[in-house]
Amino acid sequence: MFDNLDLTKLIFGRLTWDAIPFHEPILLATFIAVAIGGVAVLGALTYFRLWGYLWREWFTSIDHKRIGIMYVILGLVMLLRGFADAVMMRAQQALSFGDNAGFLPPHHYDQVFTAHGVIMIFFVAMPLVTGLMNFVVPLQIGARDVAFPFLNNFSFWMTASGAVLVMMSLFVGEFARTGWLAYPPLSGLLYSPDVGVDYYIWSLQIAGVGTLLSGINLLATIVKMRAPGMKMMNMPVFTWTALCTNVLIVAAFPILTAVLALLSLDRYVGTNFFTNDFGGNAMMYVNLIWIWGHPEVYILVLPVFGVFSEVVATFCSKRLFGYASMVYATVVITILSYLVWLHHFFTMGSGASVNSFFGITTMIISIPTGAKIFNWLFTMYRGRIRFEVPMLWTIGFMITFVIGGMTGVLLAVPPADFVLHNSLFLIAHFHNVIIGGVLFGLMAGITYWFPKAFGYKLDSFWGKCSFWFWFIGFYFAFMPLYVLGLMGVTRRMSHFEDPSLQIWFQIAAFGAALIAIGIGCFLIQLVVSYIRRESLRDHTGDPWQGRTLEWATSSPPPAYNFAFTPVVHDNDAWWDMKKNGYVRPTDGFIAIHMPKNTGAGAILAGLSTVFGFAAIWHMWPLAILAFLSLVVATIVHTFNYKRDYHISADEVVRTEAVRTRLLAQHV
Amino acid sequence: MSNTTAHTSAAGASDKYRYYLPNEHHVENSTALGFWIYLMSDCLIFACLFAVHAVVGRSYAAGPSGAELFDLPLVAVNTSMLLLSSITYGFAMLEMQKNKVSATLGWLAITGLFGAVFIGLELYEFVHLIHEGAGPQRSAFLSSFFTLVSTHGLHVTFGIIWLITLMVQVGKYGFTAANRRRLMCLSMFWHFLDVVWIGVFTFVYLMGVLA
Amino acid sequence: MSAHNDSHNSHAHGADDHGHGHDDGAAHSTFGGYMTGFVLSIILTAIPFWLVMAKVFDKPATTAFVVLGFAAVQIVVHMVYFLHMNTKSEGGWTLLALIFTVMVVVIMLAGSLWVMYHLNHNMMPVSAHEMKNMP
Repeated sequence: MFDNLDLTKLIFGRLTWDAIPFHEPILLATFIAVAIGGVAVLGALTYFRLWGYLWREWFTSIDHKRIGIMYVILGLVMLLRGFADAVMMRAQQALSFGDNAGFLPPHHYDQVFTAHGVIMIFFVAMPLVTGLMNFVVPLQIGARDVAFPFLNNFSFWMTASGAVLVMMSLFVGEFARTGWLAYPPLSGLLYSPDVGVDYYIWSLQIAGVGTLLSGINLLATIVKMRAPGMKMMNMPVFTWTALCTNVLIVAAFPILTAVLALLSLDRYVGTNFFTNDFGGNAMMYVNLIWIWGHPEVYILVLPVFGVFSEVVATFCSKRLFGYASMVYATVVITILSYLVWLHHFFTMGSGASVNSFFGITTMIISIPTGAKIFNWLFTMYRGRIRFEVPMLWTIGFMITFVIGGMTGVLLAVPPADFVLHNSLFLIAHFHNVIIGGVLFGLMAGITYWFPKAFGYKLDSFWGKCSFWFWFIGFYFAFMPLYVLGLMGVTRRMSHFEDPSLQIWFQIAAFGAALIAIGIGCFLIQLVVSYIRRESLRDHTGDPWQGRTLEWATSSPPPAYNFAFTPVVHDNDAWWDMKKNGYVRPTDGFIAIHMPKNTGAGAILAGLSTVFGFAAIWHMWPLAILAFLSLVVATIVHTFNYKRDYHISADEVVRTEAVRTRLLAQHV
Repeated sequence: MSNTTAHTSAAGASDKYRYYLPNEHHVENSTALGFWIYLMSDCLIFACLFAVHAVVGRSYAAGPSGAELFDLPLVAVNTSMLLLSSITYGFAMLEMQKNKVSATLGWLAITGLFGAVFIGLELYEFVHLIHEGAGPQRSAFLSSFFTLVSTHGLHVTFGIIWLITLMVQVGKYGFTAANRRRLMCLSMFWHFLDVVWIGVFTFVYLMGVLA
Repeated sequence: MSAHNDSHNSHAHGADDHGHGHDDGAAHSTFGGYMTGFVLSIILTAIPFWLVMAKVFDKPATTAFVVLGFAAVQIVVHMVYFLHMNTKSEGGWTLLALIFTVMVVVIMLAGSLWVMYHLNHNMMPVSAHEMKNMP
């Protein structure tokens, strides 16, 4: 066995210099740009001596507020990468007709649409949603942190690790060319022997660990750590939607883990789960992955439904209409989301009886969502509406999401789906609900809670610009796709022969350009708001006249959130306190018990990244070493019993005194 | 679940403390619930693997079937090893309730030994099957068999590593609240693995032979 | 959900030093409980093995049905006697989590079997015999 031992092969596996895309101009240019930008950022951090600060205050932080912010930053950075992929696709499809082959050969184009989907779902939408829930939920329930603060930090770093692996695939090797769900047999060893699908598998498995643990964490937090008096039916609606979302996470992500593990066994061990021969059944992959896939889209959308409930109630200065029905609708959606998955593969051939059942359940699931829309409208009716930026996003959502929902009900009819499955109509539908729903909701939520997180509001002019460019850009970008889909155009095509289609793609490209400006406005908004932060400062902690407990704290809140644990008597607890003459206590402060920061999360996730990279490139000794290090590091971490400390009463006194002065100056 | 404290009883004082607790709010520990929720998610991973086995469990690809391969007496011995390890862990917990460190460690060690025998027998079975040409690559049925049983075996293996770690920690630090919680969690984990094994020996082995 | 006594609020003790006599509703282990569970499990294991190895019933389908039934019962025995499953633990949330999980598992298993059966029947129409013997 040792005769032919090639040391290079042992150490580097199948990694060779060929893996670096020197011959691909687009990638090379991207790499140079990223390298320059990266060096600039790292250089600046070093020059301003910020590494110590970043490590101590952010990277090792177990504070849910800091972790939430880091999730959101990760999501926004990955949004830029995912959007770059979108721009490339729009450009290619607008150009590539007849003799013009465009600038992306199919080999590259296929990676672009795969990466676009994977990044947008797993590394933009999930982190953004998780970040919002992480930041807001403990504050809304009157708690000091989540149930498992260390796991929270670890979960974030595992998600970041997955994102790192996906980004590495740009410059070292290639990404999958299978679409974002990597159906076998195409994703199997025979048809995708290269590293692309392995990058896909490992980045998702590692990030999946983070997501699952985060789900358990928030679930336990909401169940066990609510302030005294906050019964389940007193919780803010955002907390309810967070609860149901995390139930879905815990009950769906294990299935993704199992299915991807089976795919990786097929690729690494040569098993026959999804092969064409030896008894494999590729259809089973499709079935199982959509049992995860459908709850996943509700994981994305339920939190933003919660955001809208909070925003509408606040900016209409009115109690949310139909609180109980909102809760029931959310719970019903949670349960029903497990009964519709087959609508993603009506055309795979399960026949009329099966298709009818799932078509009907799919139509039923739109009803509770409809109930929510009515509740928001009834809240707005006879309210005193303030058209702040979050409210604009909300109204944009209501119009856009309803259209997307209606096309969804259309697709739920199996005979219609037989014509429209995998056409651009489908693409238009899901972008309609994801952008109109998830993205608009995230922008509303970020704008709404930004002052709480950073102590100053976002500039509303640039916010409005961003909204209008996104809103109008969305319609230009995706309405043509509905038309194209109805005309029979298939998804994931990089070249077309029929020139009469081109105008629609050009309109769509124009829409993408508008959205690009919208994103640009958002980035400008961040910069301008920072520069103007003193004039935008939130002094009271309650810049919007909010109704829920997070607005009872200063902006930003102290590490301990509440000097005294709140006691709750009614829904909209903060509104109740304000209405009944609550006076903020200015003395009697006591020492507060808090968890300590730790670097274990970052270290474990770093080792996971190494393991993932080694597994992808078949660098077996390194993979084994990384795995063993993970086990050892975990065991070592469990020997750390000293994980907490007390914030002294004096420090609480000082912190609260600062707030007392601030409130007195800005009554 | 938390509810209003008794502070709001006196008339004058109640108004001041109506909306906040003047003392440190003692939050209940969430570890047991959190670990239980994790076990539910683990249950779903196994359920997925069982579903796969239900679908491809008869796809022998002209190769050997369960009836030809499975050594039921060996599986019966294995099952009893796991069941015995469950009861010995139970005895360990009883000793923990009585605050007896050495007795607890003793029963934990025996539990670990039974678990190790279980894994050893399973590995022996696997080696034997692979030798006969019935490895996981032979057919979808065998892929599923090896995966399902190995996933359970991997969980048991990690359980043994955890058990050894906990033995060291209890030996060093005694029955601190943290160590008690950890022993409770491992207890849940261990019994849960026995529950999964009931599914495995029934659905994979017994029904596999019945075909 | 059951009300939770919060006598903790009046104690001035550190968060870490709870004795095990915790009021979270979890049942305590007893020797009798464990032995009952153990003996029941042995019986509920031995009988299925015997039924299969001795080919007691004529039809394998009957045996399968009975064996699955024994497995279901034994799972409940483990839940009650070893895992101390009851309605009080964690204010009822433990049981609720279990019920929800079981519901999802049932939907997933039943749904997958139904769907895959139809898919296989429509898209890969070979007889069961051929399926077993097809390379």
